[in-house]
Amino acid sequence: MFAYYVKVALHNTQRNKVLAALMVLAIAVGIGASMTTLTVMHLLSGDPLPGRSQHIYYPQIDVNPQSKGREPLDMLDYRTAMDLWSSDKADQQALVANSMVKVRTPYSTRPALMLPMVSTTSDFFSMFDVPFRYGQAWSKSDDASRTRVAVISSRLNDKLFGGRNSVGKTLRLADSDVRIIGVLDAWRPSPLFYKVRGGRFTDGDTSAFYKKTDDVFMPFAASLEVNAGNFQAFTCWSAPDPNEDLRNAPCVWVALWARLNSAAKVNAYRSYLQNYADQQKAAGRIKYADDIRLRSLMQWLDFNRVVPSNVKLQTALAFSFLLICLTNVVGLLLAKFLRHSGEIGLRRALGATRTAVFFQCLIESAIIGLLGGLGGLLLTLFGLYLVRLQPVAYADLAHMDVSMFLVTFALALATSLLAGALPALRASLTPTALQLKLL
Amino acid sequence: MQIRFVLAALRKHRLATFLIALQISLACAVLCNACFLIVQQVHAMRIDSGVDEARLGTVKLSGFDPKSANDFNARVVDALRHVDGVQSVSVISGVPFGEPGVRAGIGLDPDYKQFGGVIDFYLGDDHAAHDFGLHLISGRMPSPDDYMPVTKFVPSNAPVLITRTLAEHLWPGQNPLGKQFWGLDTQFRVIGVLDHLSVSQPGGSEAKDPDWSVFVPAIAGPNLAGKYLIRAQPNDMPRVMREAREAALKAAPDAVLDTDQSHSLSRLRHSYFESARVMVKLLAGVVVALLGTTALGIVGLASFWVTQRRKQIGTRRALGATRGDILRYFQIENFIIVSFGILLGMLLAYGLSLELMRSYEVPRLPFGYMPIGAAALWILGQLAVLVPALRASAITPVEAIRTL
Repeated sequence: MFAYYVKVALHNTQRNKVLAALMVLAIAVGIGASMTTLTVMHLLSGDPLPGRSQHIYYPQIDVNPQSKGREPLDMLDYRTAMDLWSSDKADQQALVANSMVKVRTPYSTRPALMLPMVSTTSDFFSMFDVPFRYGQAWSKSDDASRTRVAVISSRLNDKLFGGRNSVGKTLRLADSDVRIIGVLDAWRPSPLFYKVRGGRFTDGDTSAFYKKTDDVFMPFAASLEVNAGNFQAFTCWSAPDPNEDLRNAPCVWVALWARLNSAAKVNAYRSYLQNYADQQKAAGRIKYADDIRLRSLMQWLDFNRVVPSNVKLQTALAFSFLLICLTNVVGLLLAKFLRHSGEIGLRRALGATRTAVFFQCLIESAIIGLLGGLGGLLLTLFGLYLVRLQPVAYADLAHMDVSMFLVTFALALATSLLAGALPALRASLTPTALQLKLL
Repeated sequence: MQIRFVLAALRKHRLATFLIALQISLACAVLCNACFLIVQQVHAMRIDSGVDEARLGTVKLSGFDPKSANDFNARVVDALRHVDGVQSVSVISGVPFGEPGVRAGIGLDPDYKQFGGVIDFYLGDDHAAHDFGLHLISGRMPSPDDYMPVTKFVPSNAPVLITRTLAEHLWPGQNPLGKQFWGLDTQFRVIGVLDHLSVSQPGGSEAKDPDWSVFVPAIAGPNLAGKYLIRAQPNDMPRVMREAREAALKAAPDAVLDTDQSHSLSRLRHSYFESARVMVKLLAGVVVALLGTTALGIVGLASFWVTQRRKQIGTRRALGATRGDILRYFQIENFIIVSFGILLGMLLAYGLSLELMRSYEVPRLPFGYMPIGAAALWILGQLAVLVPALRASAITPVEAIRTL
């Protein structure tokens, strides 16, 4: 029976090609627009560390002595960060500070580059599951002894060493020689979570959170010596002396990431933070001891509203457009089914039940939906291609994945069935006798 | 007279009528908001930076030793001045549409009890105010003794040129000349008021208005080095910038040229608004697709109705209705349906606007957009129904009698 319905539906679809084409086009355009924006949204709002993010936390303390007791600053000052880090209360933890560093090699005469550097501690790589192509990360003792070693990105390795194993080679960072001990494999977390901060001050323009990974990674203490004077504060509560070391400045510029493997550990860490803040308040260094935060990675990303508001707006627009296409298709299907009232009346007279008529009409809409879905898929691929041409940081991420591929067809089918339900119901209620008389 | 027929007929096709009206209302809601967003973006892109963009370019160098900054500045400025076509070179801290330079919160008293907002400070040497082409509307330009070395991020107790908008925000209705404000651990005194001077990242910083910036006269040195402003003839700009970049690198071989920032100001402005332009194109695309889809929906349903009512139309024609009567019948019918849609659409447009305000930080949709959207949809409806209606009016009375 199903095969027969499909046959009839295909026949009916071909009878009015223009009308069918219009409906397929409406669904295809609606689906194409919605799926393009939904795919971008899906890529940008995903978990940058799947399977791990629930154990990663971002502790914050209101270190500003002039605080008004509102949200604590997005980063920590040097002293607080070092105190928390050296207490070693978490399962794993890493300090993170960012700067631009001048990079040269003794092996070529190419002009120096200014590249983003991450100053961090050894746990960074294992905690965030960073893949290595050559060599490995530095050890805890390298952190303590301020060993001048560096891990570089595969991109920089390609640029400077043609992709060959560069472990053991020397890099000139600012004015010091640093030995390469590791080269990362392709690593592109989306967003670049360890640099996410200050999202609420960006006015929704957060595309910078989706930049590519940094090129140079160095032990925290060693990098402060090597790249001295080139670190920038996130913000300051009073004007620092630009010629003075940032370590003593009234500024926040260091982030701390902690890995806490169980709920008990999280609670213990939270009370540790509270104790620390209470002590510091007693010592007169901070003003609001209760103003602490311990957000998980995903909570921190949500707090920073990482998905650019442009992308959200585009998605909302695309779905409103799909809704309009949907009402359009409902109207056209209604016209189509009512035009066939004569045959429907005849079929009813020959014994077809209302349910049979309803399902037959629904199958007709589903066929249009599938064709529209196919067109929508092609339009989505084209839309994503257009996104990749845009000058935005996340352009290279815009690709369709399996889940989005399936969602496309599910959406197309759901759209057409939804669109078909009402007209099909209306058609199945066709009064038999009246239609026969008119035939 | 016709309206009674029309309403009677529509009552028989409640479902189809409701669908078309619903589609029009959705279109109206999206149309009004999309148009408003387009106007917003275009307005933001049209911002007056207050500087002579067409004649200006900037070169940014980094990676040099701050201890040798004086010598470094002298070498680079000299090299840039010798580039053919360069009229003037100055040392600055930033430019509109470039990277954020000095930015800080200010207060109207030393204790910041009265917070003035976060503003941009543009520092520049004794050529900069002139090179920028700043337009003074009251007070005076900095005199030679106003230029002082930069101690922290700005010279201490510096005289400043303030924009009209910022002055009006800080001291509403008062003469800003001679007024003081505090920030960056020092105080500032207003000596002149500028027509415009936009912040480095208009629309993207904490400044509540793109004109919240001040110009601070300063002397180049260790804390003001590496960023240079070049003035040249507009038509000469691309060549001058190309040669200036090479000349700067030649004069300072161990420094790194910032290739993203070292461009003419027109080019920086162009790339600054790149994403806004993409958004405008996208919104315009949505509007076109929306109107197209809605028109197709109207044509589709009207054609169906014409086919369905052939006999009735023929009968009416046989009973003396003119072609014009039939044509007007369909036009009135369309007008009524579209009007229903618009009525509902205005409510939806308002709802959508509230939702956008919440998630996209745009102002509320002004009421002026509603009549424009309504008029657009009325016209669209009339155009879309015209073809089916003309076909209906072409039905001859004979046709009705033949098939009866």
